[in-house]
Amino acid sequence: MKLVTAIIKPFKLDDAREALSEVGVQGMTVTETKGFGRQKGHTELYRGAEYVVDFLPKIKLEVAVADDKVDEVVSAITKAASTGKIGDGKIFVTDLGQVVRIRTGETGDDAL
Amino acid sequence: MKRLFSNFLSQKALLGALVAFYALVAPSIAMADDLDTGDTAWMIVATLLVLLMTIPGLSLFYAGMVRSKNVLSVMMQCFAITCLMSVIWVVYGYSLAFDATGMVEGTVNFNSIVGGLGNAFMGAITVDSMTGTIPESVFATFQMTFAIITPALIVGAFAERMKFSTMLVFMTLWVTICYLPMVHMVWAGPGGLLWDWGIIDFAGGTVVHINAGIAGLVACIMLGKRKGYPTTPMPPHNLTYTIIGASLLWVGWFGFNAGSAVASNGTAGMAMLVTQIATATAALSWMFVEWMKHGKPSVLGIASGAVAGLVAITPASGSVGPQGALLIGVAAGAGCFFAATMLKRAMGYDDSLDVFGVHAVGGIIGAILTGVFTAPYWGGSGAEDFVIGGQVWIQIKSVLFTVIYTGVLTAIILKVLDVVMGLRVSEEDEIEGLDIISHDERGYNF
Repeated sequence: MKLVTAIIKPFKLDDAREALSEVGVQGMTVTETKGFGRQKGHTELYRGAEYVVDFLPKIKLEVAVADDKVDEVVSAITKAASTGKIGDGKIFVTDLGQVVRIRTGETGDDAL
Repeated sequence: MKRLFSNFLSQKALLGALVAFYALVAPSIAMADDLDTGDTAWMIVATLLVLLMTIPGLSLFYAGMVRSKNVLSVMMQCFAITCLMSVIWVVYGYSLAFDATGMVEGTVNFNSIVGGLGNAFMGAITVDSMTGTIPESVFATFQMTFAIITPALIVGAFAERMKFSTMLVFMTLWVTICYLPMVHMVWAGPGGLLWDWGIIDFAGGTVVHINAGIAGLVACIMLGKRKGYPTTPMPPHNLTYTIIGASLLWVGWFGFNAGSAVASNGTAGMAMLVTQIATATAALSWMFVEWMKHGKPSVLGIASGAVAGLVAITPASGSVGPQGALLIGVAAGAGCFFAATMLKRAMGYDDSLDVFGVHAVGGIIGAILTGVFTAPYWGGSGAEDFVIGGQVWIQIKSVLFTVIYTGVLTAIILKVLDVVMGLRVSEEDEIEGLDIISHDERGYNF
């Protein structure tokens, strides 16, 4: 099992959610977050006082998937969240040791 | 501003006795004969409008510009000042400001600077006592709202770092030593120092705005910069409050300026018109200058420009015409923009919410230009023989007097308080935020 963590632009969340539904993903976790990469921040100006805002608002999307679904999920997110411009975000794939569905106590792939 | 009032004062004792006599023999016909219901109705409304300027107008305007951890502290300061000044005004404020005992036209004496205590606790105000054509109770309440907003303006200069207890003591002393004498010298009638100089200050360019603006500058220098200024970002936490506050200030200001006619007449009408013109023009002036200098027109910019216009038209609103108002607006918007952005950074003081940059600078621009645009040539209501040069010199002299008077006395008050009780919260408390530290509350519990 893998945990796919994608950092994407906030306005791409709906597209990503739809694309994941189409490839059969039935659940996900979404967090509003902040960060920066190559896009850097932006500047804000209040009565002449200039502030550089380093951290930009982003969405962190987490999906736990079976090993054989990983490529499909990653490419769905990549396609949905891409604008071709700097600041589109990143996808991290990590190994997942165990998954438990709390209601039934099921574990492993059955719990996904 | 109050020629009517001063003329009346000379007859006040006699009239008061008469009225009291009537009240005894025939309570049902006790109303003074010269009461004008139109004037009275307008002045009651104007009083409410000026109160609206401080709470919630100024309160929201300032609260939006501070960081979220200090939002309540600013609102609390404005609200507490509203209450404190009301009480001071009753106890001795109204008397020190407007008691004309001992004033002699053309003579400089102690009573040219400050009034006596003859009307302490408003002992002389009754249902029947009059100021011109309105009840004295209405006039005293109207002026009370001016005594509320002037110290409240200073809050913006030391926002986010002053001790609440020291702030209350400072405001009590400041209003007593700086504000009440300024009111007396400018508005209390013939024999007042600046009145006799011939100053034109219709609604409070020197008395209110330069006075508060200079006190703000002195206060922010003596308290010192906020921790982290100017390297740490301190962006406004909610500019929607600020634009709502500026809008309420704008609406309330019609009470401030048009109400200063103390009548429902042509002067009040023209004050209303020129106030609208100067405010709109100054807002655009700030917006376009900022657009050119910084690349984008900002919400904080247009709101600040509007307030700058309101400030600058204040001394002029009783004597200039529409053309003068347009030009005062242009000058105030651009002038205050440079003061609040470049001057502040060049000089390095931390006037948190630009009390000096907007109120002192806008007030000075307005006070001096009043001397120009009151001229009939510019559509003002000056007499045929009005001399621009002479009046401008009187205005400049009055501005300099106000700057020095309030600057020196504010510095002395703060120096004493610094020694006696300390001006600032501790560094640790400042980082935590004044809402929790001073009031055990948070503005936002999401």
